[in-house]
Amino acid sequence: MYEGPVQDLIDELGRLPGVGPKSAQRIAFHLLGADPADIARLQQALQKVKEGVVFCDVCGNVSEEATCRICRDARRDPGSVCVVEEPKDVLAIERTREFKGRYHVLGGALDPLSGIGPDQLRVRELLARISDQEVTEVILATDPNTEGEATATYLVRMLRDFPGLTVTRLASGLPMGGDLEFADELTLGRALSGRRTV
Amino acid sequence: MSLYRDTGVVLRVQKLGEADRIITLVTRKHGKVRAVAKGVRRTTSRFGARVEPFAHVDVQFYTGRTLDIITQVQTLDAFGAGIMSDYQRYTAGCAVLETADRLSAEEGEPVLRLYLLVTGALRALADGQRDSSLVLDAFLLRAMAFAGWAPAVRECARCNEPGPHRSFSVPAGGSVCPRCRPAGAAIPAQDTLVLMDALASGTWDVAEAASPNARREGSGLIAALLQWHLERQLRSLPLVDRKGVPSGQ
Ligand SMILES: [Zn+2]
Ligand SMILES: [Zn+2]
Repeated sequence: MYEGPVQDLIDELGRLPGVGPKSAQRIAFHLLGADPADIARLQQALQKVKEGVVFCDVCGNVSEEATCRICRDARRDPGSVCVVEEPKDVLAIERTREFKGRYHVLGGALDPLSGIGPDQLRVRELLARISDQEVTEVILATDPNTEGEATATYLVRMLRDFPGLTVTRLASGLPMGGDLEFADELTLGRALSGRRTV
Repeated sequence: MSLYRDTGVVLRVQKLGEADRIITLVTRKHGKVRAVAKGVRRTTSRFGARVEPFAHVDVQFYTGRTLDIITQVQTLDAFGAGIMSDYQRYTAGCAVLETADRLSAEEGEPVLRLYLLVTGALRALADGQRDSSLVLDAFLLRAMAFAGWAPAVRECARCNEPGPHRSFSVPAGGSVCPRCRPAGAAIPAQDTLVLMDALASGTWDVAEAASPNARREGSGLIAALLQWHLERQLRSLPLVDRKGVPSGQ
């Protein structure tokens, strides 16, 4: 245990995801020795993240204004909505430059073991959006893990009765650069069921 | 350097650091084991998807200082595929996993019976032949029996007087005769107790013939009994999507 402020800082850092006690200590002592200008910038960034960032009214992505940049962009197709778990997933898909539609951020995945059901996510907002607007395609881009798959399953059930709506799921295949024999059963099974005509 | 090998079911996964996970398994010979799977969150991981919840796996562990480390994994049954493709099965399966986690609190203490109950329930859910809600309730009743909390359904929970009895008391541990009946005891339909008896004994033709009302009442009593015995409430149980009851209502 260190004295006063240093230990307080270590404790706070240790509460961040992915930061263990040793890393917390290392970061704390790095900050202690850092240039005051660097610390000021970090302080400002921390301050702004809670004050300046809001969640978009429409899609739930992080935004600086009530409606985010993507939802305001008239060149983006409002008929196609890509459903993701977290704001970081929007960034990942944006980086591909493949998608010209809009997003819907759920705020997580259905995870009963953590007490997260449909009411804890932005599911109702998604359904309202599809009923009100001219959405013709929903792309389910939840994570390719157990919770993400179950979330996609649930959404398919909720969306299948909307007339004229196409619902697709991101294809899940084999990682590039790998050997087939090393693929796990779940990935290989999904790659097989999602095979396409060539 | 100490290696050991066992078969187990993945109950839960938690993130650890940048790319690792802590995997909790209920195993055949070593009871509940918490072990680290290194690098499994990277897409290049060779066994990431094998240690997802519901997976029945053959695992090699290396005994670590604090937590053991998973060095090899082979899939025995990928129950997850059949479970996560149906939301009712998924929520029922999560309740199976959480119950198993809570009933095997002492790490390392053998829980063979519980391991067999978990694999049996997940196999039935993944097959999809039986109603997921009935599979869950049968599992919960048998898991309670494993824990020494089997509810009395034929005889009086207090004096053993042969029944059937009309009253049912969760705190007393099941059906109660008119003399032992505590204040506030419920009076379930006779069908409900017949259903619970059938689920506990695996008499599936009787269980599957039960009316929707008996099923609903039985699920309620079984959940109340389990929660009565557990110190903390199960998170997943209220989120189980039962047939005919849309989730979130
Ligand atoms: Zn938006
Ligand atoms: Zn009695």
